[in-house]
Parts: sequence; structure tokens; C-alpha cells
Amino acid sequence: MVTFLARRLLTGIAMLLVISALAFILLYLTGTDIARSLLGDNASAEAVALRASQLGLNDPLLSRYADWLGGALHGDLGTSWFGGAPVVDVLGSRLGVTLSLVVISTLISAVVATVLGVWAAVRRGWVDRMVQFVSLGGAAVPNYLIALGLVTLFAINLGWFAPTGYTRPEDSIGKWAASITLPVLALTIGCIAGTAQQVRSAMIDALRQDYVRTLRSRGLSHRSVVYKHVLRNAAGPGLSVLALQFVGLLGGAVIIEQMFAVPGLGSLSVSSTIQGDIPVIMGVVMVVAVIVIAVNLLIDIAHGWLNPKARVS
Amino acid sequence: MSDLTTTLPADTRSADASLAKRLLRDPLGLVSLVFLVVVVLAAVLAPLLTQHDPTVAVLGDVLADPGDGHLLGGDSAGRDVFARLLYGSRFSLLGAALALGVAVVIGGLSGLVAGYFGRWFDTLSSGAAAVLMALPGMVVLLAARSVVGTSAWWAMAIFGILLSASVFRLVRQTVQSVRNELYVDAARVAGLSDLRIIFRHVLRVVRAPIIIQAGFIASVAIAIQAGLEFLGLGDMSIPTWGSMLNDGFARIYQQPLLILWPSLMIALVCLALTLVANSLRDALESTSSPRRAVAPTSPDGASGDATASATNHAADDAGTLLRVEGLRVGYAMPDGSTKEIVHGIDLEVRRGEVVGLIGESGSGKTQSAFAIMKLLPEGGGILGGRVLWKGHDLARLSERDMTRIRGKEIAYVPQEPMSNLDPSFTIGAQLVEPMRVHLGLSRAQARTRAVELLRRVGINQPERVFRAYPHEVSGGMAQRVLIAGAISCEPELLVADEPTTALDVTVQADILDLLRSLQDDFDMGILLVTHNFGVVADLCDRVAVMREGDIVERGSTRDIFVHHEHPYTTQLFDAILTPENTRQPYRAPDQPTTPHTEVSTS
Repeated sequence: MVTFLARRLLTGIAMLLVISALAFILLYLTGTDIARSLLGDNASAEAVALRASQLGLNDPLLSRYADWLGGALHGDLGTSWFGGAPVVDVLGSRLGVTLSLVVISTLISAVVATVLGVWAAVRRGWVDRMVQFVSLGGAAVPNYLIALGLVTLFAINLGWFAPTGYTRPEDSIGKWAASITLPVLALTIGCIAGTAQQVRSAMIDALRQDYVRTLRSRGLSHRSVVYKHVLRNAAGPGLSVLALQFVGLLGGAVIIEQMFAVPGLGSLSVSSTIQGDIPVIMGVVMVVAVIVIAVNLLIDIAHGWLNPKARVS
Repeated sequence: MSDLTTTLPADTRSADASLAKRLLRDPLGLVSLVFLVVVVLAAVLAPLLTQHDPTVAVLGDVLADPGDGHLLGGDSAGRDVFARLLYGSRFSLLGAALALGVAVVIGGLSGLVAGYFGRWFDTLSSGAAAVLMALPGMVVLLAARSVVGTSAWWAMAIFGILLSASVFRLVRQTVQSVRNELYVDAARVAGLSDLRIIFRHVLRVVRAPIIIQAGFIASVAIAIQAGLEFLGLGDMSIPTWGSMLNDGFARIYQQPLLILWPSLMIALVCLALTLVANSLRDALESTSSPRRAVAPTSPDGASGDATASATNHAADDAGTLLRVEGLRVGYAMPDGSTKEIVHGIDLEVRRGEVVGLIGESGSGKTQSAFAIMKLLPEGGGILGGRVLWKGHDLARLSERDMTRIRGKEIAYVPQEPMSNLDPSFTIGAQLVEPMRVHLGLSRAQARTRAVELLRRVGINQPERVFRAYPHEVSGGMAQRVLIAGAISCEPELLVADEPTTALDVTVQADILDLLRSLQDDFDMGILLVTHNFGVVADLCDRVAVMREGDIVERGSTRDIFVHHEHPYTTQLFDAILTPENTRQPYRAPDQPTTPHTEVSTS
């Protein structure tokens, strides 16, 4: 197990290196004249050239990447081209917001999707058909459309929530909860739908295994067979799906945050994309990559804990 | 026993035809397909359906209400909403098609090569796919936009590259499984080139999964493309559903209808694509056909004379343990009918007696055994007859009452040892749980007893095996563990379903010895399901021969061996290896005797 995890950790680090190199090269390869757009059309050619050399735009790409990587290892991701704030600070203020949205959504989804999926797999019949149909629909419709529906209904027509805006939990827990309710709901519905389908099929697969019949032949109650043995065996596939959904939520948060004016990584990536603030975009990509790889590592550990075969290998 | 059924894709054309037929029978899939066709036609025929230009702004028509020259009104710049919707579907569909094309070409080709040839390309491309799948698509697209600008085509092409990872994984996995199929081996041995094998065999198998995946991919592509434009990150000069969303969202208070139309189009198209893909998958797998459990066809089920004999079961002699009368077992078919596979069998097991139920695969012997314990798989059920056990008819007993009988009074030893142990729990935990339920033992008492039982069934290091997980023991040991579990609550009847078939020949004899000695110790009745007369001769007092759902001959083992009447019984006997029917060692015409014995299995 330890060697297995060490190997996964090394793979993760290698992946981070590859992603950072690819992202850096692609992002900084662009021919856009950033020094000119920073200084405006009236600036003299000398000023633009000076600014470009200050930003290090004249150095070879590889040495700039080496500089960036060296900085990144010491927790320095450079400075924003707009405003000059350190990228790490910009990201830091945003990271918690996005993570709270995504983690809360994942937890709610995990619980609801497990209940729905198990219910459908055990009861079958009309319950199963209903869960399948609803989750198919919920997974197919883009989450920003769900968000639009929620805003129209709960914010504009019923007036229960403000349509946009975010309150920090430090300022007011209640207002914070109200401000993230609609964003979380919009993220959760699709996530529940996608996860419930997979939990359902994992449960059905597990229910069809031979050992289920043998456990029943020993006189164990339906409850013990389903909720202790079958659920435990279906948990592995369920977790893998949840990890995929988590990545999906990070992507989904981009649009949702922008819609609801929530100051997270998603809205940051949109605004820095529009501005062309490459150092910040690079930072966002790397932070998201780190989160995704960390989550996958956690899932691997959970798999090892759930599946005795993975523990020895 | 593992079936070596190789699915020959000899007639894929007719398979595809029936797939299409099944899709057409699924109303949701059909409606979705028709809707998609209508949307495509509307996109193509847009100039015929509206005379408005989607980009011409008319000041007087800003936020115009629906009707009155503008079917769906005007947008914030006074452009015709209906025209924008129609022309917008052109860009949405083409964008999705571009992403799909890129994903299928890149993912399909690389998946094919990686799956078929493997080696370094497999390692490299699998790594690349892992990197692509690690990142959320939206974040990558935003980063990419700072490089390539606002072009929707670039965005979709890049998104296609991201999505190619999922196609790659699908194709690679499918190809890998096909590559090891026997018919592909045969083609290779026959000297077909790799290219021909790929075209003749591999591509056919990969095609259906790709088509299904394509539906999901197109749906995601449309959603994310519209999402980018909704954020205002697209090319705002061309009419698209996403830019309509963007415009409508800004005017949501003034003209809420503006956001409704593009939302509806995106949602319905995504839904339709997913539903078509899903019903295609259902048709391909045909697993999700809702199976209902079959119910008895008549209240008393059994045929006339069986019922008559059952009425006086009070006159049973004290030795009778289990009496099965007119048992009929059937399965619900996907088309709603019921297929009967056991046609009313009678069977009796007395206390301390070993009864063999013998027959070939598909004779209904295992199904009969499952029916006695009411452990039939999904969709199966008892159609009629009685299973009399201590004055109760098990066929009519509730699941709750059956739970008290299973394990405690009637226990079961399965055929395949490894798949019958729960891989997630230790062997000990699986032994302890039933004893605590049935015997009311404490955890410590149950543990002590479990270790004793493991020793009793011939396991040398019972403590170690107790702590082990199923994957850490051998098949023979797993079967001993299962037997220990079956006898743990001292049942009166043991139903053993081919308990030796999956084991090595040397282990088989040990297991039969073990069953015999346990039967002596506990004075159990055993119902032994087997296809092997050797096992019957070894262990059974009486035997019933089963064929195609009927018992064709029965009697004491000695009688049946000495003098059997049914030709099928004779056939089963002929399958036993005896010195008389064993073939002589093969001898080449002009060679001396070779020390080479040909083994034929029964």
C-alpha cells in the first residue's frame, strides 16, 4: 500500500510538471503584445520595450519556465500583469470560496445520490425507472440552465434569495449560507444525477454477485446483505464516480460563480481570461491541477481502505 | 464451469438492424431522434423558415413582444429572436460536430493503436489521456481562449482534443478485450494481416460503443460551447444560442422570455442527444429491461396428482426432511412472457440421507435447488408446487420467515468457491455474522467456534485463515471455508450445488470425503446437485436424474447403477471414464508406442 501510494504520488507530481510545462509554453507563446496593451496606444515604443523587458518577455521561453518553476516551488507564482498583486495572494483569496462551493456540493451529492441509487437498485420497478429518467435528464441539462431556472424561480419570482452576490462567512454565517444556496443547488442537481446513475449500476452489479446469494443462504437479513455487504462492495465504483464529478464541479463552478457573482477561482479565471492576465490564468490552471490530483490521491487511499486487494499490492 | 462461448460477430449487419429496430421501439429514444432530425432540418432550411436576417438590428424592434412580424419577438438590439434561434442552431450543431469529429478521430485512432498494438504507444497515450482527463474542460478552454482568441471553432477543436481522452479510453478498452477473443486469435493464426483483422473484426465491435459515446459527447460539446458564449467569451458577432443566453440574462427583468427560447433549445437538444445515446446503449446491452418477478400461476400451483399426495402429508414418515411436490420454476422474459424451466418435479430427502440430483447443464437441477431455498436470481420465481419443510410450505413462506430457516435449518454450498465469498470482508467476519444471528453467540464465542469449524473442515492454520481475505486463499481452501460456513449453525439439510466442479481433481476427492464425514457427524440430509455420476456413486444413497426440467428416472444409487431404463441415464453413465471406454494412447501409424496419454474429461 505504501509503495502503491508513493508511486501514485510520483505520478501525480510528474503530471503536474507536464501540465505546468504545457500550460506555460502554450500560454506564453502567444504573440499578443501585452506590454503595449498594458501601457496603452499613446505610450512610446521605448516605454513599451522597457516594460516588455521588465516583464521578462524577451527572455527565451525555456528559461522563463525554469524561473517560474523555481518560483512556484518556493510558493511564488509571479505577479498579476493587472494591478501587480502576487498571483498567490490573488488565488488565495479566491480558493476558499470555490472549494467551499465544490466540497459542499460534493458532500450533498454523495449522500443524495447514494440514497437514490441504492433505492433504485434495490426496489427496481417504477422507482428504478423514475430515478433513471430523472437522473438522465438532470445529467443532460447543462448546470447553467438549471441555475437560470433556479434564479428565475427563487430569486426573481419568489424573491427568496438575492439573484447574485456573495457574503463572506466571516461577516454573517446566515447571509453566507443564503448567498451560496442557489449556486450550490445549481451545481448539486447535475452532480446528483450523474452520481446516482453510477451508484445504481454499481449496486445492481454487486447485487448480482454470487456471494450475495451465499450470504442470503446463511440466513442474513436483507438489510445486512444490502447495506453492509453490497453497499460496501459498490462503494469503490461510487467513489471513482464522485472523483470525476468533483472535477466536473470545478469546471461547472466557472460559469456558476460568474452567474451569481461569487468571487471564486471560476470568476477569477473568466475575468483574467478577458483581460489576458496570463500569470493569473497560469496560476488558476496549476491550482486546479493540484486540487484534482490531490483528490484523486485521496480517492486512491480510500480505495485501498475499501478494497483489501488494493491494500497488499 | 466456464462456458467457452465465443460470440462470433458473423452477422453484424443484422445485429445493427435489430439494434435500430429496438431503438425505434423505445418511445423516448424515438421521440428524441425525431426531434434531433427536426432541429437539423430547421438549421439547414433556416432561410426558408424566416425572412429575417439574424444579424440585422432594427431600433424599433428592441425587446419587441412575440408576434406581430417577429414570431418570438426582438432582442436587446432589435434582432429577430426566431431567426437568431434558427441560425444559431447552425453554429451550435456545427461546433458540436467539429468537437465530435476531432474527438472521434484522435481518440478513436489512438485508442485503436494503443489497444491493438500496445507497447510504448499505449503507455504514452494512456498518460496523455490521464493528463487531459485530470483537468476540468472549462478551465482549459478559458486558458486556451487567451491563446487562440474568441473563435468558436478553435474552442470546439480544443474541446474535441480534451474529449478525445474519453473516446480513447473506450476504444482502447474495447479493442483490448476483442484482441484476446478466440476468433481474433484464429484470424491471426490464419495469417490475416493486422490491418485486415482491424477492419474485419475490431472496427465492428468498436463501432457501437463509439456511436453511443458520440451522443454524450455532442451533448456536452453543445452545452460547453453555449456556456462559453453565455459568459461572453465567444464571438459575439455570430448568432448562437449561447450569445442569446448572454443577451437574455442581461435583460432578464425586462423581457424574461428572451432567455427562455435559447434555454429550451439547449436543454432539449442536450436531453435528446443523451436519450438517444442512452436508448442505443440499452438496446445494445438490453440489461435495463425492467424484470418483474414471476408469480405463481394458480393458487395451489401443482398439478392434480401432486396436490392429492400433498394433502395427506401428515402421514409423512418421521424420517422425511424435505419433500418437493410438483415444483415448477420460471423466469420472466423481457417481452413479458414467462418461460418455465422446471416442469413440476417431485423430490424427497430423508434425515441423514444423501440424494443426488444429476443432469447436464441446463437441465434445471441448479434452478430447482435455488427454488427450494427461494434464492432464485432476479426475475425467477416458483410458478407452482410445494416445498414442504417441517409442515411449512416454503414456496408460500415470506422472505422474513425464510431468513430464519436459511443457514439455520437449510444451508447451501455453492459451486464456484472464489466468487461466493464477499471480497471486502475477512473470512472470519463472514463466518461470525450468521452464527451471531442464528445462535445468538457473542462475538468472542462466535470467533472461537469459527476457528474450530475451520479446523474441522481440514484447514491447518485456522487462525490465519480466519483473519485472511478471500483473495488470499486458494480455491480448495475457499470451498472448505464455504462448507464451514454452511455447517456453522448445524443445519439439517445441506444443499450442495456441484461442490467439486470448480476444483482441481486432487482437491475434489478431499472435499467429497469432508462432506461425507460431516454428514456422518451431524446426521445431515444432503441434496447434492451434480453432473457427474462418479460423485453420485461416491456419496449418494439415492439419485434423481433430471433432464430438460423433468425428473426422468429415480431410485437408489445401487439400483440405478445396476439397472437403469431411461436412455438419458445411460448417456450420463457412458460419460464416466472406465477402463473399457477409455481411449487407447494415440499411436502414429509407423511409430512405436509413445508414453503419451490422452486425457478426456467427462
